[in-house]
Amino acid sequence: MLCKGVKRKREEEEEQEPASQDWWLEEASSSPSPQAEASPAPLPPSSLFNLSIFKLHHGLRRGEPDLRHLVLVVNTLRRIQSSMALEPSAPEPPSPAPVSPLPVVPDAPMCTSVSTLLDDLSHIEGLSDTQTAFPEDAPLSRPPEPGLDPGRPAPLGSLEILLEDGLEGLFDDIDTSMYDCELWPNLKTDSGETEDKTQGPGLDVSELDYLMDVLVGTQTL
Amino acid sequence: MGEDADARKINHSFLRDHSYVTEADIISTVEFNHTGELLATGDKGGRVVIFQREPESKNEPHTQGEYNVYSTFQSHEPEFDYLKSLEIEEKINKIKWLPQQNAAHSLLSTNDKTIKLWKVTERDKRPEGYNLKDEEGKLKDLSTVTSLQVPVLKPMDLMVEVSPRRIFANGHTYHINSISVNSDCETYMSADDLRINLWHLAITDRSFNIVDIKPANMEDLTEVITASEFHPHHCNLFVYSSSKGSLRLCDMRASALCDKHSKLFEEPEDPSNRSFFSEIISSVSDVKFSHSGRFMLTRDYLTVKVWDLNMETKPIETYQVHDYLRSKLCSLYENDCIFDKFECAWNGSDSVIMTGAYNNFFRMFDRNTKRDVTLEASRESSKPRAILKPRRVCVGGKRRKDDISVDSLDFTKKILHTAWHPAENIIAIAATNNLYIFQDKVNSEMH
Repeated sequence: MLCKGVKRKREEEEEQEPASQDWWLEEASSSPSPQAEASPAPLPPSSLFNLSIFKLHHGLRRGEPDLRHLVLVVNTLRRIQSSMALEPSAPEPPSPAPVSPLPVVPDAPMCTSVSTLLDDLSHIEGLSDTQTAFPEDAPLSRPPEPGLDPGRPAPLGSLEILLEDGLEGLFDDIDTSMYDCELWPNLKTDSGETEDKTQGPGLDVSELDYLMDVLVGTQTL
Repeated sequence: MGEDADARKINHSFLRDHSYVTEADIISTVEFNHTGELLATGDKGGRVVIFQREPESKNEPHTQGEYNVYSTFQSHEPEFDYLKSLEIEEKINKIKWLPQQNAAHSLLSTNDKTIKLWKVTERDKRPEGYNLKDEEGKLKDLSTVTSLQVPVLKPMDLMVEVSPRRIFANGHTYHINSISVNSDCETYMSADDLRINLWHLAITDRSFNIVDIKPANMEDLTEVITASEFHPHHCNLFVYSSSKGSLRLCDMRASALCDKHSKLFEEPEDPSNRSFFSEIISSVSDVKFSHSGRFMLTRDYLTVKVWDLNMETKPIETYQVHDYLRSKLCSLYENDCIFDKFECAWNGSDSVIMTGAYNNFFRMFDRNTKRDVTLEASRESSKPRAILKPRRVCVGGKRRKDDISVDSLDFTKKILHTAWHPAENIIAIAATNNLYIFQDKVNSEMH
C-alpha cells in the first residue's frame, strides 16, 4: 500500500520539555499509604456469590468467552463457596442479590460432582489432544484446599441449580485440531498462500458445502 | 492492500469528534523498534500506525526528535470462523518489531488468531523516460517515437510501502495474548490462553507447540497463560506468566515440549491481605525481561515486581502502583475493572520502570533511589512542551491542592499500554484513543 505519511489531525502527539534533570522525579513523593478510613462494608459472601454467578452467566453468553476472565471468576466462586461452606452457621442476609436475577440457594448441597457441571463439550466424540498429553506429575495448580481430591478443583454444587440453561459446557472445548487437513483433504486449513498474497477471507462456497454435507451426514468421512 | 490507496481517505479516517471515542480508534498496543526511530501503534479497528522520529536539525530546534506519522495500514480485518460461528475481532493485540537487517523494516502484528509479518519499505525514486509509455503510464503513439532512450531513476516524494510478507494462521485455538521475537532473529513465539507455539519467520504452514497447559478435562482448567517473552540474549530461554501469578522460565534445550519448567517464580500469598480476590489481583498481566537479561518485570493488578532470575522464591523488589484500590476490590470486581490488564516497561538502562493506572495516570519507579512519581496523560492537564506536573491521589486526611481523591478517579480512563524508547528518555503512552509522547529534552541520555 502506498501512502504518504501525514500527521493525524486531532491526534497531535505532545512532547513535554522538562526543566530539571530528574524530570520524572520532580516533587516525587511516595504514594500515600492507605489511611485507616472507613472502607465501605464489604459485600457479604452470598452477594458476591450471586454477582459471580451473574458474571459467569454473562460471560458464557458471549460468542467466544474470555477464557482468562472465566477461569478467574470460577476460581473466585470456588473460594466464596468454600468459605460459605465453612461457616454454615453464619446468618445469610435476607437482602436480595443486587445484580443477579437468579434465585439464590445458599444451602444447596455441595455434593454434585464437577463432571456434571463443568462438562467438557466435545463436539465430536473421542475428541482429545493425545499428542500433548499433560503430565500429571507436574501440576500447574497450587496444592488444592484440604478435604478435596488432590488435583481436582472444588465442586460447585449450586451451579447447576443456579444457571438457567443447565450449563452445557462451562469451559467449552473449542479445540478444533482434529479438523485439520486429514479429515477433509480438500479443505486446506493452511491455504497455500504465496508470500505476497493476503490470505483469503475463509472457506470458499464449494468447501463450505462439503463441510455442511459432512455435518449433516449425507457424506461419509 | 491496494497500491493506489487514496491519501484523502486515510486522512478522513482519522478525523473524529472530541466528544466521543470511536471504539475502532482505541489504541491496543504500542511498541518502539530496536533503535527507537520508529514507533508502532495498533488499534481495535485492526489498523497499524507507524510514527517516525524526525532527525534533529539545528535550523528548527523545536521540532527536534518529534514523532510524525510515517505510515498507516490496515493490518487485520474482522473475520468469521465458519466452524464455530464466531466472529474474530480485528483488534491488534500485539506488535513486535524484527531487528532490522537491511533497508526495510519488518514487524509482526497479531489479533486473536492470526499473526502477520509486514515489510515496510521506502521508495524515493521512480524510473522516468520509458520508450513505450508516457508519464502517466499510457501507451505512446508509436509514430511519435523516433529515438531510443534509457529510462533513468529520478527522485520523487517519499512513498512508504507496506506489504504483508507472511501470514501465520490456524496456529491457535484460543486467543493470542503475546508474541515475542527470538534473539536468533529466525524464530518467534506466539502464546494464547493455553498454548505457546514456536514459528520460523519464513515458514507459515507449520509451527511447533512448546507449551501446552490444556488439561485433559477442561473441567479441571484453573489456570491460563497470560503473557510470554523470549530472553533477550539466550535464544533457548523464555518465560510465561499465568493467571495465578506464577512465572515459568523454560529452556527449549531441555525438551521439545516445555511443560516442565526450568524455574518457577512464585511469591507466597500474604495471609494478612488474603481475600476472595487474592487470585484475581495476583494474575500477572505482563512480563518483560530487563535489557540486561538478568531480571524480569511483572505487573499484577496492584503492583509491579522485579524478579532476579536467580531467585525463585520471591521478587527482589515490589512497588505499589495504586494500593489505595485494595479496599475497593469489591467494587472493582463488580465493574470488571479488576480484570484490566496493564502493561509495564523498563527504561533503556533498567534503572526505571513504568506502568499505567487509572484516571490517565501512569507511574514511574526509580529502582536506585526508590523514588516514584505519578504523572497524567491528558489534553486538559498538559500543553505541548509544558512540564508534566506530578499528581497525587489522596485517600482521606490531609488533602493538598490539586490532589485527586480516590473516589474521583475515572476508571474508564485507563493507561494499559506504555512503551519506553530503547535508549533515550522518551516514552509513549496510549490513553484510550490518544497517543502521548513525552520526552526529556534536557537529559536525553540514559544515566
